[in-house]
Amino acid sequence: MIQAAPRRLQRRKLTNLFMLSLCILATLLVVTPLLWIIGYVIQQGLPAINISFFTQLPTPVGVPGGGIANALVGSAMTVGLGLLIAVPIGALAGIYAATHSETSLGIALRFSTDVISGVPSIVMGIFAYTIIVLPQRHFSAFSGGVVLAFIMLPTLIRTTEEMIHLVPKSLHEGSLALGAAEWKTSLSIIIPAAANGILTGVMLAIARAAGEAAPMLFTAFGNPFFNLDFRQPVATLPHTIFVYAIAPYDDWHAKAWATALVLISFVLLLNILARLITWWRMHHIGTYH
Amino acid sequence: MLKTAPIAFLVNKNNGTTMEKPQKMAIENLSVYYRNFRAIEEVNLPIYAQSITAIIGPSGCGKSTLLRALNRMNDLVPGSRTEGQVYLDGAPIYAPNVDVVEIRRRVGMVFQRPNPFPKSIYDNVAYGPRLLGIHQRHKLDEIVERALIAAALWDEVRDKLDQSGLSLSGGQQQRLCIARAIAIQPEVILMDEPASALDPIATLKIEELMQELKKAFTIVIVTHNMQQAARVSDYTAMMMLTDQAERSGTVIEFGETEQIFLNPKDKRTEDYVTGRFG
Repeated sequence: MIQAAPRRLQRRKLTNLFMLSLCILATLLVVTPLLWIIGYVIQQGLPAINISFFTQLPTPVGVPGGGIANALVGSAMTVGLGLLIAVPIGALAGIYAATHSETSLGIALRFSTDVISGVPSIVMGIFAYTIIVLPQRHFSAFSGGVVLAFIMLPTLIRTTEEMIHLVPKSLHEGSLALGAAEWKTSLSIIIPAAANGILTGVMLAIARAAGEAAPMLFTAFGNPFFNLDFRQPVATLPHTIFVYAIAPYDDWHAKAWATALVLISFVLLLNILARLITWWRMHHIGTYH
Repeated sequence: MLKTAPIAFLVNKNNGTTMEKPQKMAIENLSVYYRNFRAIEEVNLPIYAQSITAIIGPSGCGKSTLLRALNRMNDLVPGSRTEGQVYLDGAPIYAPNVDVVEIRRRVGMVFQRPNPFPKSIYDNVAYGPRLLGIHQRHKLDEIVERALIAAALWDEVRDKLDQSGLSLSGGQQQRLCIARAIAIQPEVILMDEPASALDPIATLKIEELMQELKKAFTIVIVTHNMQQAARVSDYTAMMMLTDQAERSGTVIEFGETEQIFLNPKDKRTEDYVTGRFG
């Protein structure tokens, strides 16, 4: 019989306990600030939230009531336009990057994707300001949408590429062995199989773009009035937070917190939705043996 | 070394195919390279019509490469290069004007691991026919039913054709892949260790199915499992590394399965089939 000496066993258990505690401590260090931020935003923002906060326009300083309807619509417009531009381009470029990764264009694409994702969003804003706002001589929702498209592109290209790489190679071969052409295989087998992952990428891109304040300073600019015209400036949620937060008025500060709460809830909801879609697909399609 | 007696399972084998059949395919001086590495060299092999040809041999001797050369799946590997020729009904498939898509329609393939598409059972089988431009519902229905019956899967899935192909068990998935392959009426079916990922009962079903399928199709199967080769095939090609340093493989012996297993001419074949390899 082999038996560990009681003292050694004791020491091993203690070491295990110590290491486990370190892990738990590190996890807490990561989770605590996160929960703290969310908790603080809820605490500060919730009192100012009511129905009219979503339906009304901002009121002047000191006038009670007022809401962020203009910013909600503006964010929807800019993010929506950004998606409209970025999703087709990002998905197609991602497919190209995944299927032609060895070609010089594929390498160039992936390199520039990395570079773009590292560019600070405020620089993107200045870029859009130079190429769109200056020639047009006014700020617009359109320019805001374009800059958000640029911000979304790297995320979209990268996730599309990764999700396509995750599609088993055997599906690709299986389709070709049935006499399908490459384009047909991509279109009817690879992309549908990766669609779920691509959708998750789209949601993450929305979440990222919806929170961008800096580039909005140069493009969508902000607008205290209700506007549906893409040629005119619009307010957006992150920009509204910025404007309200730097103002010296307490009621505007409260509104900044409330707007932040709306934005965080929206992003959280998107993430949960992305998880649900993944879960649903996993449970309804089955697995390979 | 002990001389072992002929393996018992061979005696019961039903092998009525002693007459030489017409050649469906012919492999002539075929070498396949992956960049500078020569995977198989100078293979010469006939593939007889409406019979099952097994390719056996140790791991890494190029069995799959040889099989995949028969419908030009090796073309997909970057840096691969083929010398020599493969004939399908006397026409070369490695010729400049050959349409690879057409070759793959005539020479179908079933892979080692079941790879149904993440689509419904019906759409899996209808995928090939739809590629051929068949879109009328009643025609597709008929093709799907016939293919599933031929693959011995119809009774198990007839009530759930709209369910995902991935909801099936491993053995069922593999039969679905066979149904998918035969739905476009190929002339030859290549099988790359089709049962290696399956349990014994599912394996038996696939083997029984192959006996049915060979009435209509020419089958080439790669297998690690010598008993399987002995049970199912009419002809056997034995592959082996020719040069341990270069690690390229070739067919060292070909003949009727009974002859290969009972009376091999090559010493290396004898060592391998009697389990004294290595």
